[in-house]
Amino acid sequence: MKKNQRSFAGNLITYGMVIVAFILCQIALSGAIDGFKMSRSLKGQLVPICVYIVMAVSLNLTVGISGELSLGHAGFMSVGAFSGILASQWIAAAFPTVNLEIPRLLAALATGGIVAGIAGVIIGIPVLRLRGDYLAIVTLAFGEIIRNLLNCVYVSLDGVAVHFGFLNSVLPGKMLINGPMGATGVEKLAFFEAGFLLVLFTLFVVLNLIGSRSGRAIMAIRDNRIAAESVGINVTKYRMMAFVTSAVLAGMAGALYGLNYSTVQAAKFKFDTSILILVFVVLGGIGNIRGSIIAAALLTVLPEVLRDFGEYRMLIYAIVLILVMLATNNPTFKAAVARLIPHRRHSDAEKEADRA
Amino acid sequence: MTQRKTPTKMVPAPSHGIIPERDLNVSPVLEARHLGIEFGGLHAVEDFNLIIGKTEIAGLIGPNGAGKTTVFNLLTKVYQPTMGTILLNGHDTAGMNTVQANRLGIARTFQNIRLFGNMSVEDNVRIGLHNQIRYGMFSGIFRLPGYWQGEKRQHERAMELLSLFDMQDLASHQAGSLPYGAQRRLEIVRALATHPSLLLLDEPAAGMNPHETEELMENIIKIRDQFGIAILLIEHDMNLVMGICEGICVLNYGKVIAKGTAAEIQQNPVVIEAYLGKRKEG
Repeated sequence: MKKNQRSFAGNLITYGMVIVAFILCQIALSGAIDGFKMSRSLKGQLVPICVYIVMAVSLNLTVGISGELSLGHAGFMSVGAFSGILASQWIAAAFPTVNLEIPRLLAALATGGIVAGIAGVIIGIPVLRLRGDYLAIVTLAFGEIIRNLLNCVYVSLDGVAVHFGFLNSVLPGKMLINGPMGATGVEKLAFFEAGFLLVLFTLFVVLNLIGSRSGRAIMAIRDNRIAAESVGINVTKYRMMAFVTSAVLAGMAGALYGLNYSTVQAAKFKFDTSILILVFVVLGGIGNIRGSIIAAALLTVLPEVLRDFGEYRMLIYAIVLILVMLATNNPTFKAAVARLIPHRRHSDAEKEADRA
Repeated sequence: MTQRKTPTKMVPAPSHGIIPERDLNVSPVLEARHLGIEFGGLHAVEDFNLIIGKTEIAGLIGPNGAGKTTVFNLLTKVYQPTMGTILLNGHDTAGMNTVQANRLGIARTFQNIRLFGNMSVEDNVRIGLHNQIRYGMFSGIFRLPGYWQGEKRQHERAMELLSLFDMQDLASHQAGSLPYGAQRRLEIVRALATHPSLLLLDEPAAGMNPHETEELMENIIKIRDQFGIAILLIEHDMNLVMGICEGICVLNYGKVIAKGTAAEIQQNPVVIEAYLGKRKEG
């Protein structure tokens, strides 16, 4: 069971890292230590950081663990955002007298997850018939289709009755989602601690899935589809499982994201966002959950830190990306890291021995 | 070359006689009738008939490109046959896919090893146990009692299977980093983990030295006796084929040219011609 212990320890490090980062943020927020404070713009980034971490980890489940390159992940995020906003607003209208901020947030997350999961099933059925580049292109198309459909959706709330309109903006009652204008007048329910808990929940789901029978089946299909079929693994079922789980988590992240702003437009979830999340995954290492977390957090903070550079900000951002990519693929750098971590050195030595 | 209209059993009587109750005529493990596949007009396999009895060790030989691996792919439903039927334990496998064929009791290894190279040896075997020891996705994610029980049983069973080849100590090693012979053995263990009634071995001795081949022969017989399963193997090593196969089927250009026991095959002029070519006349 040596290997299992090692992966268990690895999971503990991942959880520990997130918890320590959270505690450090809390100390900085409280301002207990002089000079260790958080700038206002960074404070505003706390919830988005959590959201992007969840997005990156969930995309890593599709790209790294299941081995399908998906370019439409932001689509699930937008589905989650809008359905989450609807759920929270409806509860507020249905129970106007009680203060239900936390239950509303939870309901929004659950709704976002479920609706995105349903979208995942609907999209997964045609998409998972494909492989490789074709799958990537079709997910990209579906991401765009979702965004364009949401641009045409109008939803209003008349008492507790919800009215839907497609390309029809004349609806009774108070408008919740106003086509291309998006959702307006959203009550800000998201807060940092909720984001932190969602990150932990995501890690719990993804890491436990990887360590279970289903996760092994998913990775077996990634490594060798023909061999996986020959030992009786239902390929469609497990690819779908990974894809839908990933969509559910992205939907929950989207719901949290939607409830963090007063207005949310479908245009926020365009192709760029999908690519941004894919950059987190690639930079953190495909299949490496811990790497995704670090990459998502750092790359969300980086543009804020680089604000001092004014208009050179995105230029420097790009240069940093290139340097990180070069460094992490550099054998000398890798060897230096391996020397720092004892068990890595062991397995590398094994590999060397095999090559010899 | 004779075109057979009805399938004939490969061995008239069990030659090893280790398990007395096996009866080829009553309930064969595998029955292929007039099996054939065409690839764009090319008959890769044609009118292939074969019966394999319970606990029989059978060999499938033939020159390169004769269609041996194609037969394996047909039996495991990687290809859908364009002609004929396959009965596995008496069930018709028409329209089934590889996964369903595996659940019906057919497991295989591959000519070019197909392990899950990045995973540990134990995980490879656990993947083989996927349908034997099950628990649901939610038990796995939320670590319900089903997960702990399932993982414990999978671990025990995997170790038991690995001990067959004395590979318990390698359990935590990366499968792709094993030596060649060990990878081949691991593939056999993984196939056995699916609890098959018929095991197909595609060139199990390829790349092994004579000593390892000897060991493999013992192991194949051991597997048959211990698991009570039938084994069909493709092999170019004639010592192995002639040494352990009770029935041998020779394939050339997609057609069966001879069937029989090792002694019969060795004497068969058609087989000799297929392997060595025709003696120059005059």
